Amino acid sequence: MKFIDEYRNEESVHACAEILNRITTKPWTLMEVCGGQTHAIMKYGIDQLLPKDVTLVHGPGCPVCVTAVELIEKAVAIASLPEVIFCSFGDMLRVPGTTIDLLTVKARGGDVRIVYSPLDALTLARENPSRQVVFFAVGFETTAPATALAVAQARRLGLENFSLLVSHVLVPPAMEAILSSPDNRIQGFLAAGHVCTVMGLEEYEPIARRYSVPIVATGFEPLDILQGILMSVQQLEEGRAEVENQYARAVGHRGNTEAQNLIREVFQVVHRKWRGVGEIPDSGLGLRESFARFDAENRFDVTGGSVEESSLCISGTILRGIRKPHECPAFGTECTPEHPLGATMVSSEGACAAYYRYRGRGTGVRNAGSREEGTNP
Amino acid sequence: MCLAVPGKILSIEGDDPLLRSGPVSFGGIVKRISLSCVPDAREGDYVLAHAGFALNVVDEDEAEKVFEYLRQMGDLPEPAE
Amino acid sequence: MTREKGQPMPGGIHCPMPFSRYTEVLMAHGGGGKLTHDLIENLFLPHFGRPDEGPLHDGALFDPPEGRLAFTTDSYVVQPLLFPGGDIGSLAVNGTVNDLAMCGARPLYLSAGFILEEGLPMKTLELVVRSMGETARSSGVRLVTGDTKVVDRGKGDGIFINTSGVGVLDHGLRIGPAEVAAGDALILSGDVGRHGIAIMASREGLAFENSVESDCAPLADSVHALLKAGVEVHCLRDLTRGGLATVLVEIAEAAGLNVQLDETAVPVANEVRGACELLGLDPLYVANEGRFAAFVAPGDAARTVDILRSCRHSAGAVLVGQVRSEPAGIATLKGRFGADRILDMLSGEQLPRIC
Repeated sequence: MKFIDEYRNEESVHACAEILNRITTKPWTLMEVCGGQTHAIMKYGIDQLLPKDVTLVHGPGCPVCVTAVELIEKAVAIASLPEVIFCSFGDMLRVPGTTIDLLTVKARGGDVRIVYSPLDALTLARENPSRQVVFFAVGFETTAPATALAVAQARRLGLENFSLLVSHVLVPPAMEAILSSPDNRIQGFLAAGHVCTVMGLEEYEPIARRYSVPIVATGFEPLDILQGILMSVQQLEEGRAEVENQYARAVGHRGNTEAQNLIREVFQVVHRKWRGVGEIPDSGLGLRESFARFDAENRFDVTGGSVEESSLCISGTILRGIRKPHECPAFGTECTPEHPLGATMVSSEGACAAYYRYRGRGTGVRNAGSREEGTNP
Repeated sequence: MCLAVPGKILSIEGDDPLLRSGPVSFGGIVKRISLSCVPDAREGDYVLAHAGFALNVVDEDEAEKVFEYLRQMGDLPEPAE
Repeated sequence: MTREKGQPMPGGIHCPMPFSRYTEVLMAHGGGGKLTHDLIENLFLPHFGRPDEGPLHDGALFDPPEGRLAFTTDSYVVQPLLFPGGDIGSLAVNGTVNDLAMCGARPLYLSAGFILEEGLPMKTLELVVRSMGETARSSGVRLVTGDTKVVDRGKGDGIFINTSGVGVLDHGLRIGPAEVAAGDALILSGDVGRHGIAIMASREGLAFENSVESDCAPLADSVHALLKAGVEVHCLRDLTRGGLATVLVEIAEAAGLNVQLDETAVPVANEVRGACELLGLDPLYVANEGRFAAFVAPGDAARTVDILRSCRHSAGAVLVGQVRSEPAGIATLKGRFGADRILDMLSGEQLPRIC
């Protein structure tokens, strides 16, 4: 497939890894922000191509993982109402609230449906005028324009039976929260390429300056990620701390202004609680007053309540990049994809799930071949 | 936030920007994608589609530059087609 | 004869006489009385064939064939009932035929148990039954006994079908995971992921503008060709739900050996790839209904590929991996860029993702 296959090419990937190995002279710790990047790193074994001096830490870039438990509880409550058709992205269905997840609600008779797009949920609303269609609006800035479009279209059509349960979160505040933490070890960031496609690069410049960290907007294919790492390390080796763009085929400096306008029209910045991290001020999007009638939290009388997380689960430290999944005592034992304790094991994007799936359970079987054995056949 | 896939616009429908959309081909499978936020996109362009929505038009020149950069930095041979 | 399901017969005539004056299935059709009898006489028997001798009876009788017997059963609950490239009927026949073939058996007889939902359109039932008859004939099996029940509206999903099948092993070979040995070659009969995407592409909320055809197909002929040519077949397994990866994990575990898959060798059709990329699915875990994996002695690898490619339903056969002794009991993916990684069983269904 065009614009995908070229960036999975073995020769190019190895060439890039070779250059990286050549220029690295000191130890560096980088964070890839996006869950999709974590997924690719695990899947393609990118971390095993890196010089020993380069450490990758997995960031909180999994909007599914970081959705607050209280919101999932509300989703479960709304989805259980008989008049509701509850629409969600697939990976949200298995995230547990305090006890059950949306898949369980479906098994108990709730009308829970997987959709590929918020626009599909809108279509369901039009086709089912006697039902209330609720869309679980999860995602970073990448997904916010699609949600905004659905709401804007709903308003244009005068739909009375469509609403959103909003859980959109923003990347820059999360990065700042990590960087301003006293135990921060992150020296450079691979920024989430598709978030940057929408939002551009400008909002990362103050962060790079204030904390003196290189930030490289990076894509999602193996070659993109390696090149993003290469560009970050190059900056660190040269003592620079700038915003650079590895993913220029998709990211423009100013981003997509139409999409930004759409977001601004429909949403406003709000405080948001991140699962495993806590509340980060001004880190989420919520519907503006003018669109308040499309807010499912207004339309349905459901309370989330305050929620206790499992004491065994160290999702928070993993999301902040302080620990790795295999360092968790519950990893692979009490906590597995079949019975997850926290968000990072539930979503296939979560660092713990990715580790489990691609590296095996427990520290014993890390991978099926060590770096020394792994030569390109 | 992550999963966006490049696809080729087969045709564009709708004058109203809010409703502008078109069938986009991803290696032969075709899905209708909103083109609301890519007003300069033309038939035949590649767009990055995420959740039924086109995020941007893929810049073919920039796409090639990834390989140019590698060639400059190292001795990357011509990329395989 | 290939024909789109539901399309008129060649010559333009589509089933000239309705077989029933009812347009929908009623509770009484499962009651054992006149309506059930009419359904059997006018729908099932014309498409499945009458017994060789004597009147209809509670069970089918036949002389035991020479050789060991294989016996299998499966139930089919697919939605939608009709999908590009097949329907629940062809699925039910092929699925059980294939399970028998994977034992190394020549499929002989099938039973078909139907649970119908009150209100199911007769046209749909007829389409499915016709499809079963055609599929059975093209695989050389006979549907010889069956049952029909009807449940209240809302208590079924249109149609559920159970098929059980009997086959005979015309040879003395032992075929199964216990026979798999280090050094064996792993051959795949064709491209993967078609069925799962065909189903998904027809589902509301995920629908595509065009679709992929399911790969639903009978595999007995391909297997028979291998056995007849004297290929040293150690194990066969058809890919169904859970896809290629799941099969390999199961066999690695059962055999206590390592099954190593070369991911870059696994064929995936462009549209299937596109759909998988878009929905965030891994083709290795997407359902198939007309593909199988064969573990053969290493010296027979090339011959196996050639023989399979000469058969209609395995024309895309390709060598995709090998068996090693270590790491034992695990399936692994040969790393595209270096180190191998473990292939795991998925917990639950693979869901389309946004991240």
